[in-house]
Amino acid sequence: MEALRQRARELLEAGSVQVIIGYANGSNGRRRPLFARRPEQLDQLILEDNPPLNLAVYLRKPEIKRLGKAGVVATPSILKSILQLAAENQYRDSEALFLALDPTGAVVELSTADAIAKYLGSNGQAVTESESCAEIASLDRDGRFAFWQQEFERCIRCYACRASCPMCYCEQCIADSNQPQWVPVAPHSLGNLEWHVSRAMHLAGRCVGCGACTEACPAGIPLRLMNQFLADLVAKEFSQKAGAGVKLDYPLSVFNVKDREDFIK
Amino acid sequence: MADFEPKVIAFVCNWCTYAGADLTGTSRMKYAHNVRVIRTPCTGRIDYMLILKAFASGADGVIVSGCHPGDCHYTSGNYHARRRWMVFRGLLDFLGIDVERIRFTWVSAAEGAKWAQVVNSTVDDIRRLGPYTAYQQMIGKGVERTLGDPAD
Repeated sequence: MEALRQRARELLEAGSVQVIIGYANGSNGRRRPLFARRPEQLDQLILEDNPPLNLAVYLRKPEIKRLGKAGVVATPSILKSILQLAAENQYRDSEALFLALDPTGAVVELSTADAIAKYLGSNGQAVTESESCAEIASLDRDGRFAFWQQEFERCIRCYACRASCPMCYCEQCIADSNQPQWVPVAPHSLGNLEWHVSRAMHLAGRCVGCGACTEACPAGIPLRLMNQFLADLVAKEFSQKAGAGVKLDYPLSVFNVKDREDFIK
Repeated sequence: MADFEPKVIAFVCNWCTYAGADLTGTSRMKYAHNVRVIRTPCTGRIDYMLILKAFASGADGVIVSGCHPGDCHYTSGNYHARRRWMVFRGLLDFLGIDVERIRFTWVSAAEGAKWAQVVNSTVDDIRRLGPYTAYQQMIGKGVERTLGDPAD
């Protein structure tokens, strides 16, 4: 930790990065993002193994880009998101610098997608929540409908799930489109269902499973389950995994003539 | 339920199924009148939101149909659509939406008879399943939450 803070300080002082993005202690025992632009601000930096938010989301925001080159204290989730962003041409090599720790506690500096892929190959652990998916999938159809209706009922459409997701980088979101209005803006049952279906569909095969959406949701909706379900489906049907490498096709923009079609009658 | 007439929306592609449905008509074949056909350029154009919008507009069932694999006018629109349907169908099923009410099929421009059979069997299925009340009841629900407390 001290080595990491030291390195971050050196980077800021040398001007190789203009801002260090990491975590700090927030109020009520929560974690908050830290944007350190001066070396002394790094005193607040803490290391978090399982952070509730994915810092990769900030790299796409214009207000953060304006600060200059960023150094990010990275966890495997963050690095996986960066790989997926690189595969989608949303991250250019050396656009930012990622500081991670190797098993010996030494600081590793990564800035290219290839280096990140290599690091993840030896350090990245898979996060899965397939069990809870199976629990819901085992309910009958009415049970699943009732379960999700009960969950979606609490949605207030604050779009925190969208804001917290590094993959939700569209400048204009389908939910904001009003001509035509694809997704009703009001948080009633139909609007909520359509929003969550849109969100899950747009993340199908792209979600790396960091869980930031579920953590960000003020209503406690287990959004991650939908993403996990679709990630499993895409992995099973198309043998593709988000964030698994530098060169990835978006599974829904390619096809295989031998794709399953037993549901087409 | 005896007087229940299913409402079925069909999203079809311009080049195969729409022409196939035309052939059904010009061949003077009769089929269930419950279907409302919406012509799209290609199955690749059939956004999953269109299917949700059909249900939101009161449809009890949806037919989605286009060119057989390999026959797409735009070479590969139907292959892309097939993948998208696979994911969409999986998600809807996971969310507890009745995927039996969505019929995916391929009908070519020469298959006028198949179109009649697709529509008839879908309408029969929907008639057996009854109106999609679970979805239709959901549509009105929660609107009061958006209006605020009248006492305020």
